[in-house]
Amino acid sequence: MNPTAVIYVLTAAAIFGIGLYGLLVSRQILRQLLTINLMGGGIFLLLITLGGGAEGPPDPVPQAMVLTGIVIAVSATAFALALLLRWQELSGSSEVDGDAVTDAVTDALDDDE
Amino acid sequence: MSFGWQALPLHIILVSVVTAILIFALGEQRQHTRTLLNLAGALLKLLLILIMLLAIQAGATFEFRLPLLPGLDLLLHADRLTMLFATLSALLWLVTTVYAIGYLEQSPNRARFFGFFSLCVAATMGVASAGNLFTFFIFYELLTLATWPLVVHRGTPEAFAAGRLYLAYTLAGGVLLLIGLVWLHTLAGAGDFIIDGSLAPIAAGNENALRGVFVLLMLGFGVKAALLPLHSWLPRAMVAPAPVSALLHAVAVVKAGAFGLVRLVQDVFGFELAASLGLTDLLAWMAAATIIYGSVLALKQNDLKRRLAYSTVSQVSYIALGVATGSVLATVGGLVHLVNQGLTKITLFFCAGNYAEAYGIHKVEELDGLGERMPVTSVCFTLGALGMIGVPPLAGFITKWHLGAGAITAGAPWVIAVLVASTLLNAAYFLPIVQRIWFRPLPEEMAQRHDRLGRIRRAALITPTVFVAVASLGAGLLAGIPGSPLFWVVRLVGVEGP
Amino acid sequence: MATPLQTPLQTHSTMTSEALVAVIFLPLLGACAAVMPGRFPARLGIVAGLLPLPGLLVAVTLAVWHDGPAWLELGGWAAPLGIRLFVDPLAVLMLWMVAIIGGIAAAHAWFDFPPGTGTGQKFWPLWLLLISAMNALFLSADLFNLYVCLELVTLTAIPLIALAGSKTAIRASMRYLLLALLASLLYLLGVALLYNATGTLDLYLVSDGLGAAPPMVVTTALALISLGLLLKGAVFPLHIWLPQAHASAPGPVSAVLSALVVKTAIYLLYRLWLWSVPATVAAEGALTLLAVLGAGALLYGGVLALLQERLKLVIAYSTVAQLGYLLLILPMASSSAWPIAWQGGTYQLLSHGLAKAAMFLAAANILHGLGSDRLSDLQRLDQRQPLSLFALAMAGVSIMGLPPSGGFLAKWLLLEATWRSGQWWLLAVLVAGSLLAAAYVFRILAATLRRDDPTEARPAAETRSIPAAQTACALLLALLALAAGFAAAPLLEFIEAGTPGTWSSP
Repeated sequence: MNPTAVIYVLTAAAIFGIGLYGLLVSRQILRQLLTINLMGGGIFLLLITLGGGAEGPPDPVPQAMVLTGIVIAVSATAFALALLLRWQELSGSSEVDGDAVTDAVTDALDDDE
Repeated sequence: MSFGWQALPLHIILVSVVTAILIFALGEQRQHTRTLLNLAGALLKLLLILIMLLAIQAGATFEFRLPLLPGLDLLLHADRLTMLFATLSALLWLVTTVYAIGYLEQSPNRARFFGFFSLCVAATMGVASAGNLFTFFIFYELLTLATWPLVVHRGTPEAFAAGRLYLAYTLAGGVLLLIGLVWLHTLAGAGDFIIDGSLAPIAAGNENALRGVFVLLMLGFGVKAALLPLHSWLPRAMVAPAPVSALLHAVAVVKAGAFGLVRLVQDVFGFELAASLGLTDLLAWMAAATIIYGSVLALKQNDLKRRLAYSTVSQVSYIALGVATGSVLATVGGLVHLVNQGLTKITLFFCAGNYAEAYGIHKVEELDGLGERMPVTSVCFTLGALGMIGVPPLAGFITKWHLGAGAITAGAPWVIAVLVASTLLNAAYFLPIVQRIWFRPLPEEMAQRHDRLGRIRRAALITPTVFVAVASLGAGLLAGIPGSPLFWVVRLVGVEGP
Repeated sequence: MATPLQTPLQTHSTMTSEALVAVIFLPLLGACAAVMPGRFPARLGIVAGLLPLPGLLVAVTLAVWHDGPAWLELGGWAAPLGIRLFVDPLAVLMLWMVAIIGGIAAAHAWFDFPPGTGTGQKFWPLWLLLISAMNALFLSADLFNLYVCLELVTLTAIPLIALAGSKTAIRASMRYLLLALLASLLYLLGVALLYNATGTLDLYLVSDGLGAAPPMVVTTALALISLGLLLKGAVFPLHIWLPQAHASAPGPVSAVLSALVVKTAIYLLYRLWLWSVPATVAAEGALTLLAVLGAGALLYGGVLALLQERLKLVIAYSTVAQLGYLLLILPMASSSAWPIAWQGGTYQLLSHGLAKAAMFLAAANILHGLGSDRLSDLQRLDQRQPLSLFALAMAGVSIMGLPPSGGFLAKWLLLEATWRSGQWWLLAVLVAGSLLAAAYVFRILAATLRRDDPTEARPAAETRSIPAAQTACALLLALLALAAGFAAAPLLEFIEAGTPGTWSSP
């Protein structure tokens, strides 16, 4: 693996790590969404690097994967934002009570009545 | 697979299933149609069984087979043991239906009650005609499902508590049974399990595995047959309405367990094999312990139905004891008790229900002097009680005589001791009741009260009671003539027994 | 490129190929039609998108039955560049489940979401897309293509939950979405590593490259992919998003989520560990680990289902539990009892799908009728909604694994397999799981048979009537779950023909 690739891989790992850390510590749904996007960025960078190839033309398959992955990430983010807006309308808050990732969802569905 | 004449056992089951579905579909209000449907279903079933009985006499065979899994079929057939149990159940079902119609006259949720009642009998017929253990298990579990709504029928917290206990025992028993079956299946491979001696060829080298299978199956059946120490659901289930108790104790659930034990010893293992593995001794000792223990506990009960329930715990084990003792006479005693206990116990439960419905009487001490108020019911009760004790020449005597004689031929004289002890205990818990009914004065406040039954209800309750009482009397008095239960059992054992 | 498959290399007749493509594209086209304004295009889209599916599947089933599994190369492009579809008995089974459960649930949804009006305008395009995405997923043979399908499934399923509109539904949707996104990223990362190590994305060619690949990378890749799938499949202890999402969704959506959507992840786990990584040395420990998770799911889900106060939450936790069965079979993959275990697992997949969908539809009817699904509000349900209760009870019989039902036959096969392979701990887990199931199902049934408490001030609410067809949908599914207890022989023969490991060479 050439030195440039090493830099890319390390950067990718750093971005992914920052994202993961952010996901674990943030309580706000918007931040969580952003951190997941950040993690996605790290993975896409890694994919491009792995597909780069030391010599010869780069492998097109990872490129295609990243492109599709970005499209999916964008649409999922858009949808998440729409959900968040709806949540704010209903609850008047941008925070979801408890941690969305680690909170066990055992509470009853009382607030619907 | 054919659905024609050969599949008559299936049709007999379907009659009850269809009756149940129609009753559910009718809803709560259409009372007369429901009554008609109930009686038509019960009669049609009885008729079909009689036809099948005659056909079998004429040498016909019946078999319905539907492959469910590779190597495992749903197999319904009709051998003599099937017919014994099926005839008994169908007859008692008809009687219990009439009784239940009268008993539940004004109470809510009758559509639900009679629907499950029919399903329950369908399951019992399936148990009777199951041609292999796999099929037996299917109907055995179906019976659990169909009886639970009946046990909790009253909808009270006590009823639900009893229902929970019932499920805990029967479902756990079902699991044991299932594991035993899977084990047997892996040992014996594909095939029908109920075949004489089919296990003998694989017995060599598999002795301990077969012992394990037997114990698992015995415990699985033992739960419903209320073998010690698996019996405690039965007295608790007494919260159910009286016809349900009658059904549980005399026709369906307890009998299905006992029937399973009979099949296990006689048809699955065969007596020879079971005895050579030392398994029949185990069963006989468990049955003997249950007989004594049940009787002792019955002594302590003040609630009439609970006393009857412990009496059932005790009496049903006669069947297992007889089969496990093994000689021809003892087997006859055990099998004939399938019928005798059914007829006698259902008489007693009907009487208990009559007392409860007429005067709200549930306790033994409230029965004082009722003989003059309810003479017919009281005569029936007395007949039942004496039959249970085994006073000659009543039904219980026939059982005990054969059991005792069989024990001697089988070289197990200790069984006699059990019989004597049990008889004394039976007398000790039944005779005081009889004495109260006939020889104590009616209390003052009772003299003022009138029974709560109308004319029609009284007829609907008394007629079945008299019918089963006479039948149980006949099973004893006329045991020697062709057509009696004893006659059937002797032929059955003579042809198929060990 | 060499292929590990011995026999099933032929591509079937064009008619079968076209049927396969139509199974994916008809619902997709239907979704396009349903987006258009007005009632007519929506109705046309739904009917044309869903109704032909069973007919098409008959053709596919017959072809697979006679000629065995087959490939289809879309547009004539060969692997690794082209997108290959692969159809075998397992895929056919899943497609049938989508067609039947998806179809019946759609009939149920027709009343709550009238096509072309109001929320129906949003509901039906999503629904048809979801069906199309699941069909595509079950047929895809390409890891990246599968990623796209997984995302499509997630991104159509979650808005369907959110359509319930309640705060809980929105909150549950957000949780589901965040975790699903995380899961997709893990999956994608794993796929990237696997591609880098083996040089292929084809699910069935990966095994060729495994030998030459660095073991560390392969292990990491498989772990990441599995982790992503476990998260999407709500396998204990990653199930935290499931109960509320499934419980707060509209009834037919809950049915499809529990019966089909979570199964997509389990299906991919099967494909990954039983096809892509056939019996390599590392696999043994991994399969046992997955089974341990399954056992945890079965017990934990069962206990929590027992503690819930709401019908739909009980059913949702029951899903968490029942998914456990599907993982329990994995450690038996190398034993001689494997064909039996495989039949038991797939039969469980089928019967649970039917029974669980029936339960959710019945619960939706009950919720509509009573205005509440609290267990304490269900008293006298046998008088108020007898048919829905009947459906619930019959489906419950299958969930408990009591005869006669598909669930019973599945349990029998699983028990037999554990017994034959001597995996006693699995046997104990199976038994405990089925007793727990009996406890929570009977707890529901007991609640419905209670009488009104005369001391309670609040009488039972009036029952709103619901369309007879909705009741019929729940009943039909429940009857199918019971019928599965009688029709197993031919089905199992078909399933057995596709047992992984029996027809692919090492």
